[in-house]
Amino acid sequence: MSKNINVALIGNPNTGKTSVFNQLTGLKQKVGNYPGITVEKKEGICKLPRGVKAHILDLPGTYSLNTTSLDESLVVELLLNKNDKDYPDVAVVISDVENLKRNLLLFTQIKDLRIPTILVVNMADRMDRKGISLDVEAMEKKLDTKIALVSTRKNTGIERIKELIADYKNISSKPILDPNRISPEYFERLKKTFPQEDLYKLWLVITQDVNFMPIEKKRIQDASDFSTKSKDELKKLQHKETVLRYQLINNILKETYKVDFLAAKGLRASLDKILTHKVFGYLIFFVILLTIFQAIFDWSGYPMDFIDEQFAMASEWVKNTLPPGVFTDLLAEGIIAGIGGIVIFIPQIAFLFLFISLLEESGYMSRVVFLMDRVMRPFGLSGKSVVPLISGNACAIPAIMATRTIENWKERLITILVTPFTTCSARLPVYLILIALVIPEGNFLGLSYQALTLMLLYLIGFGMALLSAMVLNKILKIKSRSVFMIEMPTYRLPLLKNVGYTVIEKTKSFVLGAGKIILAISIVLWFLGSNGYSEDFQDADRIVTERIENEGLSTYSKNYIQNNIATYREEAQAESMAPAAISDSIQVLTAELSERAVAQEIASYKLEHSYIGQAGKAFEPLVKPLGYDWKIGIAVLTSFAAREVFVGTLATIYSVGSDEEETIKNRMAAELDENGQPLFNLASGISLMLFYAFAMQCMSTLAIVKRETNSWKWPMIQLGFMSIFAYIIALIAYQILI
Amino acid sequence: MATVADLRYGQVGIIKDFTEHILPIKLLELGCLPGNSVELLQIAPFNDPIYINLSGSHLAIRRSLAALIELEIIEETQAQ
Repeated sequence: MSKNINVALIGNPNTGKTSVFNQLTGLKQKVGNYPGITVEKKEGICKLPRGVKAHILDLPGTYSLNTTSLDESLVVELLLNKNDKDYPDVAVVISDVENLKRNLLLFTQIKDLRIPTILVVNMADRMDRKGISLDVEAMEKKLDTKIALVSTRKNTGIERIKELIADYKNISSKPILDPNRISPEYFERLKKTFPQEDLYKLWLVITQDVNFMPIEKKRIQDASDFSTKSKDELKKLQHKETVLRYQLINNILKETYKVDFLAAKGLRASLDKILTHKVFGYLIFFVILLTIFQAIFDWSGYPMDFIDEQFAMASEWVKNTLPPGVFTDLLAEGIIAGIGGIVIFIPQIAFLFLFISLLEESGYMSRVVFLMDRVMRPFGLSGKSVVPLISGNACAIPAIMATRTIENWKERLITILVTPFTTCSARLPVYLILIALVIPEGNFLGLSYQALTLMLLYLIGFGMALLSAMVLNKILKIKSRSVFMIEMPTYRLPLLKNVGYTVIEKTKSFVLGAGKIILAISIVLWFLGSNGYSEDFQDADRIVTERIENEGLSTYSKNYIQNNIATYREEAQAESMAPAAISDSIQVLTAELSERAVAQEIASYKLEHSYIGQAGKAFEPLVKPLGYDWKIGIAVLTSFAAREVFVGTLATIYSVGSDEEETIKNRMAAELDENGQPLFNLASGISLMLFYAFAMQCMSTLAIVKRETNSWKWPMIQLGFMSIFAYIIALIAYQILI
Repeated sequence: MATVADLRYGQVGIIKDFTEHILPIKLLELGCLPGNSVELLQIAPFNDPIYINLSGSHLAIRRSLAALIELEIIEETQAQ
């Protein structure tokens, strides 16, 4: 079999490039990162006619080869490097029929690299409505290429792309613009110095700040008989290049592309009037945020409860079915409990990415940027910071990556530094379980206390992000010329397929990424929790049995038995059982319960004297003033890797040695402090929630911040400040409330 | 000298030749070239940024940048 055809999809943002990619590859795609950097790499396989296959690479959207961001540099680096394994045999430039002129700028640049280049004119279904007519044949001749007229919405033209790719050897690779026209004198000299090189590629190497080919860049600088131009002069030439390209394009379009403005009908103007309105604009935005919020808290509650129960049952089933032993314990108490702690996030993360992807696909997100820019500026942020700050409510990692669109370095740095304060989905499980435990049920103006608490936590996170941004804006002395610019795309009905792919993809990578850490920690925790070196641990059975014989059961166990019996009695009376039968079965029940209570006391004694118990006890003095016991201390400590580990850790710690089928929540509710009061009360619960609101409990975020700021300085400052601040606030909250 | 920042709702102007190369290249690539038209579509609350139609490209830019683009106002469409 011959090797796959390498295809690179290139295009401006908002041209439907991703839709074309999805149509070409279906679900046969892979999302990863480019080595060493966090730019998302999307690739897939496409079956072509006659049994040929193509490897499709979806490059980051770019307006031209004049790069201003990491994502864009990557495109240029790949296209200049013939030795890269992804170097395209054929480039497919995706354009939007309404913005053809601007899209063709990029097309001419790609073509000048002498790569066979196919032009896809997307959104062809809009032509009638916009009064556009296109002479495809004439345009193919003028541009010296093949064109596919495509509508991903109507699913037309995809086959044509596949045919053109399969037939790529017949696509011309002749350049369009003679670089000598930019500056005859300059390029003449360039040619003399480097007779072997292609002039346009050299030009890109000189003007673009790309990592690629450092040697060649150096060679150019070192060439003694060739004087380089100053930055300003180069910029002037780049301006001229752009003007020349547009002249060329205008001449071509004049004869092939017509717009009848009378026939053009647009929703854009009227929708914009409402959505960016001084009052309605904000109102609509607020309502949308509330809806997202409602979905995460309310709607995802049902599937989450369901998942929680399923895992409790699975754990129980494994214990009852498999022969008892270390492996069964590990499976039931370590692995299943750990995985449950991950899977339970899926509904919330899916909802969040669903909404964010709907907002982006529809074109609404740009309007939010437009609306919010002026409002964000006093905080040292830009309108574009809104997108990361909203995405931060899903996960800080993609959010920090999304700051790349912010042109101004100071605004970008501040956004990166404050984004981790927003309430990411990893905080949700912690909040949800604590709210359910410590916030009473009840209503205030039709909203439940629990929902209000959650909303407050979101506001606190967001408020803290703004506040620290304001402070940073005052402190940081970074000069950076701001060129805020954002395209306002046409409104589009989001394609369900695209939204679906995004949701599945993001959820999958989150679960798998975070899952590995959580699973590993769960197993380690389980091991540390069910082993110990001390005699207390080895002899737990004997010690506890003796103690019970001498002192009787602990208060906790007595309460446990009493509560269970009371519930049983009520149920039995409700079913109007005979009093004699009731007291008989209560006797049986009491015996059973006492037996269980003894087993539990042994288990908890063992846990206390296991490795983890010892470590937790050592750590306890530090968290005691915040109202936490050593178990919570361990959970806080392990969740430094990722916040969501908190719930998983408690689940693992509490399930070690316990035989009962119980949800995590019930186990936590049953925990008592040394005075026999519930450990999770209002004071300790709120202290914990505030701790998680402010603390930088996420290793992945630190790693991303390091990559994006290119130094350890910022993540370390972030970590130090957030942890200390969180500790102090949690301390104050507990001491006031207790 | 009128600039894009001086446009009122619905007004259209034609970009003048610029000799100084102070504008970012990205703006040129999006169509900010001498002879092209600019129409003001929306002004954000608090008067900034502005939303323009730059010869077919729909963009939002801040006033500070808009003030660098000189133009000749040619048309007064039904301004509100």
